[in-house]
Amino acid sequence: MSIPSNLKYVATHEWVRTEDDGTITIGITQHAQELLGDMVFVEAPAVGRKIKAKEEVAVVESVKAAADVYAPVSGEVIAANSELDSAPEKINSEPYDAWIFKLKPDNAADVAALLDAEAYQAVVDSEAH
Amino acid sequence: MPFIPHTEADIAAMLASIGAPGIDALFDEIPAALRCGKLTRVPEGMNEMQVTRLLGERAALDQPLLNFIGAGAYEHHIPAAVWQIATRGEFYTAYTPYQAEASQGTLQVLYEYQTMMASLTGMDVSNASLYDGASGLAEAILMAVRAHKTSRKVLMPETVSPIYRSVVQSIVQLQDIELIGIPFDKSTGTIDIQALEQFDGKDIAALVVPQPNFFGALENVDILTDWAHAQNALTIALVNPLSLALLKAPGHWGTQGADITVGEGQPLGAPLSSGGPYFGFMCCKQGLVRQMPGRIIGRTVDLDGKIGYTLTLQAREQHIRRAKATSNICSNQGLMVTAATIHMALLGADGLRRVAAASHANTAALTVLAAGLHGVKPAFHGPHFHEVVLQLDKPVLPVLAKMKAKGVLGGYNLTECYPQLGNAVLVCATETKTGADLQSFVDALRGALD
Repeated sequence: MSIPSNLKYVATHEWVRTEDDGTITIGITQHAQELLGDMVFVEAPAVGRKIKAKEEVAVVESVKAAADVYAPVSGEVIAANSELDSAPEKINSEPYDAWIFKLKPDNAADVAALLDAEAYQAVVDSEAH
Repeated sequence: MPFIPHTEADIAAMLASIGAPGIDALFDEIPAALRCGKLTRVPEGMNEMQVTRLLGERAALDQPLLNFIGAGAYEHHIPAAVWQIATRGEFYTAYTPYQAEASQGTLQVLYEYQTMMASLTGMDVSNASLYDGASGLAEAILMAVRAHKTSRKVLMPETVSPIYRSVVQSIVQLQDIELIGIPFDKSTGTIDIQALEQFDGKDIAALVVPQPNFFGALENVDILTDWAHAQNALTIALVNPLSLALLKAPGHWGTQGADITVGEGQPLGAPLSSGGPYFGFMCCKQGLVRQMPGRIIGRTVDLDGKIGYTLTLQAREQHIRRAKATSNICSNQGLMVTAATIHMALLGADGLRRVAAASHANTAALTVLAAGLHGVKPAFHGPHFHEVVLQLDKPVLPVLAKMKAKGVLGGYNLTECYPQLGNAVLVCATETKTGADLQSFVDALRGALD
C-alpha cells in the first residue's frame, strides 16, 4: 500500500503536499481510490472560494459511489485540476499525481499538525476488517 | 420477467428455511405501540361479484358530456393500438430496471422515449420522466437554483397555471427559494416584458417561460430567453409537448436556447382518467445533465461489444448520494411513458403535426363562432395554440351549470384565480371536436346567457 512519506494526510483519506511557496496541493490516497473504484467524474471547487477545515469541498464520483473530498485546513482555493475533467481515471492510475485542488492555507501551523505517513497507515489499518 | 405469486407451500418453506414461526414474526422489530392492529373503521372486504355490481352502478352515473375543458389536461384521440401494446404483461408489470441484464426491454423503450423527447424539444438530454408537469416545474426550479449557485430568486410569470404555481410554492417554500410573480399584459394575455425591466442586471437564478401559457396564448419566447441569459439567469421552458409539433422547439429559443425544458406529457397518449396518472418530462442542455433529477437511461456496449441499455449517472440519485442527491425522486412514470412512446411512434412527426393543427383550427373556429354571440368576447388578441379565454357579461359558474345541463362542459372558470379578468372562462377545442360539436357548444352557451 503506497503511502509516500513526503506527504501529509487526513483521516478522511486526502493527501496534502506543501509547495515551496507555502501553498498546499490536495488529492485522495491510493487507499481511497481503491475503495471507490473506477472514477468517472470530479466536481472541483471554484477558484477563489474560502473554505474551513473539514468542509466538503469537492466530489469524486466513481461507477458505484460518490464521495466528498474535505478541506484538510482552512484557506482559499487557488486552483482546480482541469485535467480531471476529461481524464478522471488519472485518480485511479496516479493518485498522488492527479491532484484535485490547491489551497492557500490560513495558517501554516494547521498543515504541520496533519497526520504523517505512519499515522495515516494506522488509520488505514484500523479500517480494515 | 413474469410475476408469479408465492403459494402457501412456498411461503412455509421459506419461513422454515430462516427459522421464523410465521410472517408476523418478521415484523417483531416494530414496537407494539406503533403497529396499527385491527382497522375497526375499515369495512369488510367485498367479493368480486359485489365489487363488479357496485362499480357498475357508479359507472352508470357518468354522463357522456361534450368536453371543452383544457387547463392543463387535454382530451385527444389515443389510437387503440397504444394501450393494446402498453398493457402487454412485459410492459404493464415490468419491474424497475435497476438490474440492467434483466430489464433490457424496459430500458430500450425508455431510451427511445428519451430520444423522442430530446428531439421534440430540441434539447441535448432527457430524463426517463417525472411524476407530472407541476412537480416537474418544481424540480426544474430546484435544478436551476443549484446550477446557478449564487441566486435563489426565480421569476414566475402569472401566465403560468395557478395550479402549477401553487404546487411549486409547496415544494420550494422550505428551501429558501423566492418566487417573484411577473404580471401579464391585459390586452395580449402574455408576460408583460416591461415588468421585467426592474430586474435588469439583478442576480436572478431563472425565468420560467410557459409556451403556450395557461391562457393558450403564445409568449415572445426569443426575447424572454435572451433577456434571461443577459442577466446570467437560466431559462426554464414550460411547454405543451403536442404544441411542439407546430412551434419552435425550446432548444432553439433566442440565441442560446432554453436551459431546461419541462411540461406535462399527458397529451401524448394518457387518457384524462379524472386527473391521472400523467407524467412530467424534463430535458436539459448537456452541461446541466449532472444536476438533472430523475432516472436517466444510457446506451452502451457489453463485454462482447453488443449494444445494451442501463441506468446511468446514478451518482445523482438518492440511493447513492442520500441527502445530497439532486432530488428525492427515485422513480419515473414507466407505464405512462411507454404509452407515450408508442403513441408518438404511431403518429409520427407528421401525425402529431396534424393533431396539433386540427386542435388549433377547431379552437380558432370556436372563437369566431362564440365571439359572434351577444355577451361574449375573447379576452386577448394575439396568437393562440388551442385554448382561448372568453369574457362573459354574466357570472361564469351559473353559465357553465346551464351548459352542462345541455350536455356540454363549457370550460374552466377563471374568475377566482384571475379576478382582474372579470367573468372569464378558458375554453379548449381539440381535434376530437366536429363542426356539429362546435355548434352544440355555441347553442348551449347562447342558451345559458339568455
